[in-house]
Amino acid sequence: MAAEAKAAVPGGPADAGRPGRRGRSGRGGRPAPVGHARERSDRRLGYLLVAPVLILLLAVTAYPLVYNIWNSFHFDNLSYGNLPHKWVGVQNYTAMFKSSQWVSALERTVIFTVVTIVLDVVIALGLALMMHRKFRGRGFLRAAVLVPWAVPTVVSAMLWKTMFDPRSGFVDYFLAAFHPAWASLSWLGASVDRSWIAIFVADSWKNIPFVAIILLAGLQVIPNDVYEAARIDGANWWQSFRRVTLPMLRPALSVALIFRTLQALLVFDVIYIMTGGGPGNSTQTLSFLSFQTFITSTDFGEGGAMSLMLVVLALAVSFVYVRAFRPQT
Amino acid sequence: MTAAVPAVRHRRRSGQSDPAKIIREILFYLAVVIVILIALFPFYWILRTALESNSQVSAGVGGANGIIPSHLSGAAFRSVFSQQGFLTPLRNSIIVALATTVVTVIVAAMAGYALARLKIRGAGAILGFILLAGFFPVLAMIGPLFLLLRSLSMLDSIYPLIIVYLVYTLPISTWLLKNFFEQIPSELEDAALTDGATRLQTLRRVVIPVAVPGVFTAAILSFILAWNDFAFAVSFLTSPPHFTAPLAITTFGQSGFQTYYNLIDAAVVIISIPIALIVLFAQRRIVSGLTAGSFR
Repeated sequence: MAAEAKAAVPGGPADAGRPGRRGRSGRGGRPAPVGHARERSDRRLGYLLVAPVLILLLAVTAYPLVYNIWNSFHFDNLSYGNLPHKWVGVQNYTAMFKSSQWVSALERTVIFTVVTIVLDVVIALGLALMMHRKFRGRGFLRAAVLVPWAVPTVVSAMLWKTMFDPRSGFVDYFLAAFHPAWASLSWLGASVDRSWIAIFVADSWKNIPFVAIILLAGLQVIPNDVYEAARIDGANWWQSFRRVTLPMLRPALSVALIFRTLQALLVFDVIYIMTGGGPGNSTQTLSFLSFQTFITSTDFGEGGAMSLMLVVLALAVSFVYVRAFRPQT
Repeated sequence: MTAAVPAVRHRRRSGQSDPAKIIREILFYLAVVIVILIALFPFYWILRTALESNSQVSAGVGGANGIIPSHLSGAAFRSVFSQQGFLTPLRNSIIVALATTVVTVIVAAMAGYALARLKIRGAGAILGFILLAGFFPVLAMIGPLFLLLRSLSMLDSIYPLIIVYLVYTLPISTWLLKNFFEQIPSELEDAALTDGATRLQTLRRVVIPVAVPGVFTAAILSFILAWNDFAFAVSFLTSPPHFTAPLAITTFGQSGFQTYYNLIDAAVVIISIPIALIVLFAQRRIVSGLTAGSFR
């Protein structure tokens, strides 16, 4: 009783001086349980709202992952009718590591990935610098560059399959101007090197725009004064590019590299459509082989082992990049 | 704000060396033209091939049938619909892409809001998992999902694809919408909450109307990603009436030793049109969506 009266006395005069404080303590005091309850009910609502995305993504990633692990230690091949799904230990793994088809697919995939990321990122950087400059028609340039990215892979693959066809495409038609023998050069399914060139062109034509857009966004967040400072210090274009643009582009570059590396490492559609893995097995990649093992050979045991290797590779690459590009403090 | 370096450089040199500047400008525009040609000329060639007749395709490019063909014919387009029945796969693709988009937008908006606003425990881990799921190798999923669909007798149906395609669309959409909700000033919501509205009422009356542009961007990206799938379609679908459009295209134009690229390319033109229109009209939105908060 006394304490209450005491508290009320200083509360009175202070009211005019600190209205905000009183208001807050008043709200926090009386309906204290309400604020607490809100936080609690908020959190409950939060889990409710996040649940669907988690359940759906777990269903399409964690479920296949676990199923693949289980399968990879069993014999499970639909082509062998009713043979039991018996435990076979690491047999599927030894078969995979011993298979020259898988080892060559791994080599090809790694080489393709390295070549792709180096060339694509360099070209995309040039493209991003171009799109960053203010000039008439920049909007049109950006839209034009985006179209190849947005069309389905089946379109980019079929499009370049047409272009590299000696009868229907423009590649040989233009090459004929340089050398008459090139007028009917065959590319896909005829020569291993030329098949890879065609695949590379189709894949990069579609995917460079994405890298360029990411890098463009990175360029846009570099503040103007940094360049201004570099200019005052007498830096020329190349110096300010090396010392200002590239270091400040690091976060954007890391995002672009992660996306592009994983895309190249897991390349499938463009191979399936353009060469079907041929000539022979010479353009089979890891993803393509995994498709063939699952869908063509219906071997879910060895397919499971191959899938697991894909997952491990993808995780390892993401991990390495995240470590390498960790923000320096 | 943009293009600081070239602008500054030009201002400095414009007085002394005008010819050098002009040459540089010319080279720059030349490079721009080359880039635009590389991006778009193949589409012109596709259209050109699609408008050829079968005999022109057999004769090949060259002579009178050069960059501009001697005759134009709509036969390939007619044949794609009348003989190859392209309308059915197109309809399948539209159903799947639209349904995936709707599911994605609803689910991603819910999760994005929760992650941005409601202080749930483990939000960082949840977000990390969602992003990691986006990097999950698609070709590692097809085996187990094939067996699952087989046991449910749902192979060769387009409907399971709606769920499966979420692996393409949910990670980027959730991330994008989370960033979008974070940018909406929370004062709006706080005001509504202090006025006694419940969280759900606030969501419906205050947050969702403001979030429309973000949701729209997520919808565009989701539609493109779902429309573009090939790997799942080729793994699970086996009969032509159930094909999606990208899968159907790969079966066109094969006849003995000759590939009739006019038929293939007519179909390629048709499925590229919606995408090209989306890009032309929503270029800004797509660019901002692809880059939203991806490295800030």
